[in-house]
Amino acid sequence: MLTAILILWPAVAALLVLLVKGQGAKKIAFGAALVELVLGIYAWINFVPANPGTQFLLNLPWIETAGISFKVGMDGISLLMVLLTVFLIPLIILSTFKHTYDRPSSFYALILFMQSGLLGVFTSLDAFLFYFFWEVALIPIYFIAGLWGGENRIKVTFKFFLYTVFGSLFMLAAFVYLYFQTPGTHSSEEVVFYQLTLDAANQSWIFWFLFIAFAIKMPVFPFHTWQPDTYTEAPAAGTMLLSGIMLKMGIYGVLRWLLPVVPLGVSQWATVVLVLAIIGIVYGAIIAIRQHDLKRLIAFSSISHVGLIAAGLFTLNEQGLQGAMIQMLSHGVNVVGLFFIIDIIQSRTGTRDIAAMGGITQSAPFLTVCFMVLMLGAVALPLTNGFVGEFLLLMGVYQYNAWMGAVAGLTIILGAVYMLRMFQRVMFGEKNAITEVFTDLTFTEKAVLVPLVVMVFWIGLHPNTFLNISEPAILHLLDVIKR
Amino acid sequence: MTSLILLSVFGIVNLFLGFMKSKKVLMPMVLLFLVIALGATVMDWNQPQSYFNNMFTMDNYAVGFTAVMVLSTIFILPFSRSYGEREEANLAEYFSLMLFSLVGGVMMVGYENLLMLFVGIEIMSISMYILAGSDKRNLLSNEASMKYFLMGSFFTGIILFGVALLYGATGSFYLSEIASSAATLEPGNAPLLLMGLLLVLVGVTFKVGAAPFHFWTPDVYEGTPTLFTSYMSTVVKTAGIAAFYKLMSAAFGGVYEEWFPTVVAITVLTLLIGNIGAVAQTSMKRMLAYSSISHAGYLMIALTSFNDRSENALLFYSLAYSVATIAAFGILKYVADARGSDSYDAFNGLGKTNPLLGFVMTVAMLSLAGIPLTGGFFGKLFLFSAALEQGMLWLIVVAILMSAVGIYYYFRVIIAMYMKDPAGERVPVDAFATFTLISLLVLTVLMGIVPGLFNDLL
Repeated sequence: MLTAILILWPAVAALLVLLVKGQGAKKIAFGAALVELVLGIYAWINFVPANPGTQFLLNLPWIETAGISFKVGMDGISLLMVLLTVFLIPLIILSTFKHTYDRPSSFYALILFMQSGLLGVFTSLDAFLFYFFWEVALIPIYFIAGLWGGENRIKVTFKFFLYTVFGSLFMLAAFVYLYFQTPGTHSSEEVVFYQLTLDAANQSWIFWFLFIAFAIKMPVFPFHTWQPDTYTEAPAAGTMLLSGIMLKMGIYGVLRWLLPVVPLGVSQWATVVLVLAIIGIVYGAIIAIRQHDLKRLIAFSSISHVGLIAAGLFTLNEQGLQGAMIQMLSHGVNVVGLFFIIDIIQSRTGTRDIAAMGGITQSAPFLTVCFMVLMLGAVALPLTNGFVGEFLLLMGVYQYNAWMGAVAGLTIILGAVYMLRMFQRVMFGEKNAITEVFTDLTFTEKAVLVPLVVMVFWIGLHPNTFLNISEPAILHLLDVIKR
Repeated sequence: MTSLILLSVFGIVNLFLGFMKSKKVLMPMVLLFLVIALGATVMDWNQPQSYFNNMFTMDNYAVGFTAVMVLSTIFILPFSRSYGEREEANLAEYFSLMLFSLVGGVMMVGYENLLMLFVGIEIMSISMYILAGSDKRNLLSNEASMKYFLMGSFFTGIILFGVALLYGATGSFYLSEIASSAATLEPGNAPLLLMGLLLVLVGVTFKVGAAPFHFWTPDVYEGTPTLFTSYMSTVVKTAGIAAFYKLMSAAFGGVYEEWFPTVVAITVLTLLIGNIGAVAQTSMKRMLAYSSISHAGYLMIALTSFNDRSENALLFYSLAYSVATIAAFGILKYVADARGSDSYDAFNGLGKTNPLLGFVMTVAMLSLAGIPLTGGFFGKLFLFSAALEQGMLWLIVVAILMSAVGIYYYFRVIIAMYMKDPAGERVPVDAFATFTLISLLVLTVLMGIVPGLFNDLL
C-alpha cells in the first residue's frame, strides 16, 4: 500500500497545486514534496535490507481480461531510486524559489505529476504498467522544457520528445512480443518475464528493441544527440529533473527489464554496448573540454559519466552493477547541485559564458565551498561520492576486459581537466564588471546546496549505508541473469 | 432492432419539427431522440435476435458498434449550436439526414446478407453526399459534395458488381452460406468468387477511406462543414470498418490466404500515405483528414487477426478514436469560426486564451498519437497485441514507425497552442459545448486509466 501512496500522493498534490492562483503554488508544491520525502524515509526505515525480494507489494487487477495488473513494490534497487527521487524533488522545487515563472501553478503541478510518473517507473513490477509510467513521466518534462525553456526550446524539446517516444515504442513492441511468449492466458508481470526462455535469435532482436529505448533515455553514445541541446534549453529545474532523475530511468530499465529478461541477448551484444559506452566516455569528456557554455559543459560531462555507468551495467559482475547503483545516486546529487550553481551564477551575472567570468570566490565564499565539494565529487576525488562509484565501475569494467578498463579510466583524467579548468576560470582570477557585485548564497540557496553537500560526503565516507540496501537485490538479479 | 426503428421514426418526426418557428428546440429534441435510441440499443445487449429472414442480426457486435455510433452523434451535436442561432433554414433536414444515415450505419454493422450491407451503405452515403454540400454558398462545399457523390456512387457500383459476382459463385447473399460455399468451392467458380471478393473489398476500402482509394478524403473533408466532417470521420468510419471486419471474418475467413496479401498491402499503404500525407499539411482540417486515413490503417490491422482480441480491440479503438476526433473537430470548429482560419496558426496561443480548449485539445492529440493516460494508447496496444498474437511482427514495426511520424503532426498543434503567442482574442464557447468537451475529456482519460471498463465487452 505504501508504494501506491508514494506514487499517488504527488499526482493528488499536483491537482491541488493546479487550483492555487499566483506564486503560492511553489510553497504548496514544496510542502507536498516534503511530505513525500517523509513517506520515502518511512519506507526506508521499514525496509528489510537482508531480504532480496520485493517489499511493500501491492497487486491489484488492472486490465483483468488481458492479465495486466497494477503490481508495484520495491526491492533494494527500487528503494534507492525512490529515495533519490523523493530527496531531489523538494530540493529542485526549492531551487526555483527565486524565479517567478508565469503560470506557476502549472509549472509546479507538472513537476509533481512527473514525480508520480518517476516513482511509478521505479516501482512497477508489470511491463505494461512500467511502460505506462515511463510515458507519463515524459509528458510533464516535455511541457516544462517546452514552455519555460530558452529561445530554441520548441525545436529542441520536440526533438527530445520525438527521440524518446520513438525509442519507447520499440520497447512497447518488445514487451507485447514477450507478453505473448508467456504461458497460459499470458501475463506481463516481471517475474513471469524473468522465467521466459527464448532462443538466442529472438533474444537478440528483443535486446535491441529494449536497448534503444533505454539508451536514448540515458543517453548512451550514439543516441545522445538530443541531450546537450535539451539540457541547455530547458529551464534550470527542468535540466535538474532530466539529468538528476529522468536519466536514471534508462539505467533502471536496463537493470530491471533488459539484463534479466534477455540474458542471452545481453551476452551476445554486451561487448558492442561496452565499446559504445566507452566511446561515449571519452567523446563526452573531450567535447566537454571544448565548451564555453557552463551548462553545455556539464551536459557533455554527463554523457561521459553516464557512459561509465552503462559500461558497468553490461559487465554483469557485482562490482559493475553495484557501482552503477551507487553512481546513479552520486551522479544525481552532483549534477543537480552543479546545474543549480550554474543557475545561481547565471541569474547574478546574466551569462553562462565561462570566459566572461572570474573572481567569484572573493565575494561568495559559501558558494565557492559548495561548488568545490560538488565539483570534486564529480571528478571522483577520494572521500567524495563520485570516487566510490567510479572505483567500483572501473573495477567492474577492468574485470570484464583490462583494455576497456584502461580506456574507461581516462574519464578520471579528462574529468579533472575540464572540471578544474572550468572551476579555475569561473571562480578564481580577477574580478571583472559582471562579477564585481556578486552576492553570496541566500538562505534558500543554502537550504538546497547544504543537503547536497552532506550527501556528497555521506556517500563518499559511508557508502555502505546505500550499498547494503542494493546488494541483496543485485546479487539476486545476477542469479536470475546467470540462471 | 428497436434502435433501427426508433432512429427511422425519429428522423421523420424531426422533419416535422422543422416547421416550428424557433430552431432552438431542434437540437435538444434530436439529442433526446438519440439518447432514447442509445438506451434501446443497450437494451439489446446479450439478447441476439435475427430479423427479416435472418438478413439482419442484432448481436453484441452490432450493439457495441451501434452504441459507439449513436454516442458519437450525441457528442457531435452540441457543436451545432451556432447553426441553430443563425436560424439556419434547413437545420431540421440536416439533423434528419444524420439520423437516417445512422440507420444506414446500424444496418452496416448488423447485416447478415450482402444486400442488407449494400442498402446500409447507400442509406448512409446518400445522406452524407447531401450533408457534404450543406454549406451551399461555399464553393469548396459544393465541390466536396459533388466529388463525394460521384466517387461514392462509382464505388457503390463496384460493390454491387462484386456482390453480383459473389452471388454467381456461391448462389447466396448470406454471409454464412458464402462462407460455407467458399470453403468447399468448385474450381470453376473460384475466379468468380475471388473477383467478387476483390470488387467488394475495393468498394469497402473506399468507404473507410483507406489507400489507394483515399484520394477523395482530404478534399471532401476540407469542403464539408466541420460539424459533418466530424460525423464523417467518426460515425461513417466506424460503420465502414465494422462492416469490413464482419465481411472478412464472417464470409471470407475460410479463404484468408487469398485476400490476406491484398489487405496487408492496403494496410501498410494506408498507414504510410495517411501519416506522411498529414505531415505535409498546413491546414489543421486537412491534417485531421489525413490522420483519419492513417487511423483507418490502424483499424485495418484488426483484419490481420480474427480472434476475440481483435474484435474487442476494434471496438475499443473505434470508441477512443471517435471520442478524440470529435473533440478535435469540435474545437477546430470554434477556433475556425472565431479566427477565420483552420490552419495551425489559428491555434497559436489557444492554451493561454482558452486554457480549457487547449487542455482538451492536448488530451485529444495525445490520444490520437497513442500516448499513455489516454484511450488512444490502449486502443493501439490492444490492436497491436491482437496482430502480434498472429505473429505479424513486421506489420507492427511499420505501424510503430508510423505512430512516431504521427507524433510529429499531432504535436504541432500542441506546440502552436502553448508555445506561440496568441493569434487572437479568447475564443467564445457556449456552456453546452464546454460541458460536452469536458465529457469527452473525462471519457478519454477514463479509457486511458481503467481500460478494463471498456475492453472485452464483446
